[in-house]
Amino acid sequence: MPTDLEPVATVDITDCVCPMTFVKIKVAMDELAGGAILAVRLNDGEPVQNLPRSLKDEGHKVLRLLDNQDGTYGLLVKKSEEA
Amino acid sequence: MDVDYKALKNGGFMRQKQKDRFSLRLKVVGGNLTAKQLMVIATAAENYGAGHVHLTSRQGVEIPFVKLEDVENVKAFLASGGVSTGVCGARVRTVTACQGSDICPSGCVDALSLAQDISQRYFGRTLPHKFKFGVTGCLNNCLKAEENDLGVKGGYLIDWDSSDCFFCGVCVKACRVGALSRGQRQIYLDRQKCVNCGRCVKACPTNSWRGRPGYLVSFGGSFGNRIAQGRPIFAITEDREAVLKAADAALDFFTAHGQAGERFRTTIDRVGWEPLTKAVEAALAN
Ligand code: SF4
Ligand code: SF4
Ligand code: SF4
Repeated sequence: MPTDLEPVATVDITDCVCPMTFVKIKVAMDELAGGAILAVRLNDGEPVQNLPRSLKDEGHKVLRLLDNQDGTYGLLVKKSEEA
Repeated sequence: MDVDYKALKNGGFMRQKQKDRFSLRLKVVGGNLTAKQLMVIATAAENYGAGHVHLTSRQGVEIPFVKLEDVENVKAFLASGGVSTGVCGARVRTVTACQGSDICPSGCVDALSLAQDISQRYFGRTLPHKFKFGVTGCLNNCLKAEENDLGVKGGYLIDWDSSDCFFCGVCVKACRVGALSRGQRQIYLDRQKCVNCGRCVKACPTNSWRGRPGYLVSFGGSFGNRIAQGRPIFAITEDREAVLKAADAALDFFTAHGQAGERFRTTIDRVGWEPLTKAVEAALAN
């Protein structure tokens, strides 16, 4: 169970479509130190079905998925220590 | 001299429009040929054909414009380079496959080696009509399992282990068919809805979903004059041997009940899915 879930940065990708969603997250990730937590606001549907998995494939750790109850989700991701 | 065109066709020499010219079908399993085989085929196309090959829709290779008088020579030349001629007519045809788990990152089962086993066991076996096998490594279904008389597709048998799960809900969202739902510190799986795709397994950050590779078998597909989607008879199985047992039963059923010139699906529709299901289940119980 992760203890500290305080994100150090937030990125909103509800206004873009694939593949820009992933690009935007990557850019935000690049600015973070390894192990830092990023909060992502994303849309229901394809983004929420695919992005957590893509981020995991990149070596990051998905911590939480929060339903904002407005058709969007909040995703907390811990950046890979190696990156 | 009377030419036995039918015998030639059965042996892979397909009659062309042009008199006494044949498009020679070669034996290929799962779309794989070695570089050496390709070179032999290229030379054969230069020396016995018109200098080109045709790639068929089912991963086959044909050498068009082979002359009648060269039939034996081209066969001998190809054989010397490890290339066999194919088959046509009412029998088990080319077994297709994707590269599967050995090569493809999405691969769940080793489609190619299973296709080789199937081909070894059945290729060329005479039946009431042509019979196609296809094997695809995962639910992405690149090799379109259900368009074959017997199709095999890789999938995952999944199980949830609660110990490391921190109820992030990612798996619930990753599932495209709504088979998962979240309760209070609980994840529920509706096995009736689950299609064994393994997306939950791949998406889970804590490896709380375990997926074991299995085989999904479909029967009675065809994609020619008649288009029909193959259907499952039994649930996903981890047992590779069970796939071959089911195939044995399906071919025996077709031999016993099929009328000459009728595809497997037509036989099933006429005789009924029930007797086929019984025959397959009996074979699996053995
Ligand atoms: S069916 Fe799956 S394993 Fe086969 S090539 Fe497609 S993605 Fe890869
Ligand atoms: S993705 Fe994994 S950790 Fe998250 S809720 Fe599902 S099983 Fe639990
Ligand atoms: S295997 Fe696929 S269909 Fe089954 S629960 Fe997991 S994601 Fe859903």
